[in-house]
Amino acid sequence: MALIRHPKDFWAGVLFIAFGGAACVIALDYAMGTAGRMGPGYFPRVLGLLLCGLGAILVVRSFTLRGAPIAFPTFKPILIVLASVVLFGLVVTRLGLVIATIVLVAVSSMASHEYRPRESILAAIGLAAFVVVAFRYGLNLQLPTWPTAFGG
Amino acid sequence: MEVFTNLATGFAVALTATNLLYAFVGVLLGTLIGVLPGIGPVPTIAMLLPITYALPPVSALIMLAGIYYGAQYGGSTTAILVNLPGESSSVVTCIDGYQMARRGRAGTALAIAAIGSFIAGTFATMVVAAFAPPLAEVALKFGPAEYFSLMVLGLIAAVVLASGSLVKAIGMIVLGLLLGLVGTDVNSGLQRFTFGVPELSDGIGFVAIAMGVFGFAEIIVNLEHREASEVFTNKVSGLWLKWKEFRQALPAIARGTLLGSSLGILPGGGALLSAFAAYTLEKKVAKDPSQFGKGAIQGVAGPESANNAGAQTSFIPLLTLGIPPNAVMALMVGAMTIHSIQPGPQVMTSNPQLFWGLIASMWIGNLMLVVLNLPMIGIWVKLLQVPYRLLYPAILLFCCIGVYSLQNNVWDVFVTALFGLIGWIFVKLECEPAPLLLGFILGPLMEENLRRALLLSRGDPSVFVTRPLSATLLGVAALLLLIVAAPQIRRKREEAFHEA
Repeated sequence: MALIRHPKDFWAGVLFIAFGGAACVIALDYAMGTAGRMGPGYFPRVLGLLLCGLGAILVVRSFTLRGAPIAFPTFKPILIVLASVVLFGLVVTRLGLVIATIVLVAVSSMASHEYRPRESILAAIGLAAFVVVAFRYGLNLQLPTWPTAFGG
Repeated sequence: MEVFTNLATGFAVALTATNLLYAFVGVLLGTLIGVLPGIGPVPTIAMLLPITYALPPVSALIMLAGIYYGAQYGGSTTAILVNLPGESSSVVTCIDGYQMARRGRAGTALAIAAIGSFIAGTFATMVVAAFAPPLAEVALKFGPAEYFSLMVLGLIAAVVLASGSLVKAIGMIVLGLLLGLVGTDVNSGLQRFTFGVPELSDGIGFVAIAMGVFGFAEIIVNLEHREASEVFTNKVSGLWLKWKEFRQALPAIARGTLLGSSLGILPGGGALLSAFAAYTLEKKVAKDPSQFGKGAIQGVAGPESANNAGAQTSFIPLLTLGIPPNAVMALMVGAMTIHSIQPGPQVMTSNPQLFWGLIASMWIGNLMLVVLNLPMIGIWVKLLQVPYRLLYPAILLFCCIGVYSLQNNVWDVFVTALFGLIGWIFVKLECEPAPLLLGFILGPLMEENLRRALLLSRGDPSVFVTRPLSATLLGVAALLLLIVAAPQIRRKREEAFHEA
């Protein structure tokens, strides 16, 4: 890829153009109005165009400026951490805070390069106990604690 | 002097047992999360927002404010001892603070950071007390044109603070402004960018964006790097300074305090911008700039004073204009609206107990921090020995529970995960997230004031330059932009030259 000499700027520009373009296209459905009586589409369209312009500058510049390649040392953390959070969201409404906490801690721990399975399970149980005491009873937050079958 | 009678009212409020307790809880929590890398004041305040329902409004705000400036104290401890910024505003403290620790002067660095912060905090409290009332009066004269121009200035100031490329920083602001428009348009009632999702009709949750982009993305990036930092735990001895060292640091403290106090007032300013600016200033005025990066005491004293001063004076735009200048202040708006207090210039007259009580509590909180932290550093150091592999799942957990409990809706948890991904991409592309967040906060306010200003002028855009206050604000913004742009042009030329 000798053409793109500044990959970070190039992709940032592409991202800006994508977001700005999408905003413009979606905002076409909203009334534009006039400067004196702005419709709901006015400000989004101006911003969308501005963002596209900035993105275009970045893309054009990336052919002349030189920059380091984008570094992806490992994809493990991003996948595991995000998966554990999504799992938490899926579990907490159905099975309650305790099980969701254990799932989140046990799964997210795997993202570390010094992962220790037994230690992480202990940490999960300890944190679950802490969460129940601190958030459910200490701060009295109204969150589902146990699976509803056990009487919430 | 009216200021003193007002402050007396404030101290009467702040010195009640309840409020002292909440100030104490706030600064203690703030120090704790400040020491821990990877969790900042934004998620902490967001997590505690639901429980402030039950508190009286003054106590709630006193506690939340304590978390913010307490975090500035705690952040420096981690920066000095582990070379990790416990708080984003301590990034620059790492440079010379850690070097001082490596040279066996950890105690000196910690002491000067605490003393500098205290001096700065005291001065900034006076600034807030002295300048908030006259500014609030000016603010009452502000029309929509002035508000719009002020926000433009704030956003430009945020560009100045972004360390990387100017174009990218402006792009992030615009992207933030666009994200801020998601939801129901107040003027027409139209649902914009909601894709038919009912949860989006109130807009994207601010806390979800902040936690995703700052909290999650940071954890993920930390996990990608393997190297463990050395902790200088055994070398913390002699927490006091020699007179000579104090004399060396004092001018830096004074400069940092002044700089931080003035930059904090700007929308877009606050602790982070102040710390960066102070470090640059110290390096410029130093007789021997080569000492910086090798453990210069001024490199710790200046930024640490500045970030504390900036943290405190950033309450001014919130309390006088009703504009949140940064993410933490946006959460304070949330806390105030929970108690049906509309932030803005009228708070001071309609709610003087709250206004002055909060200001007085800032000074008391700063005093508590010095008294607490110098002897308690040993405990914080112990905390730092908890390995990251145990720490980050706990941080993730507290973020998730905090986001979930805001509205008892898992939707926000999923949005946070999505913004974690987006934030991670931004890190990879070297796009700074801070301007995005500021744009997001100011987006709806800006559109509203732009609309009103142009409605009043019947579509004539010259109102922004014909009204003197508005023109001045825009002029300052243009000047700032020119200043940052200039060296960039030069650098670009150099690069082109280099390649040719």
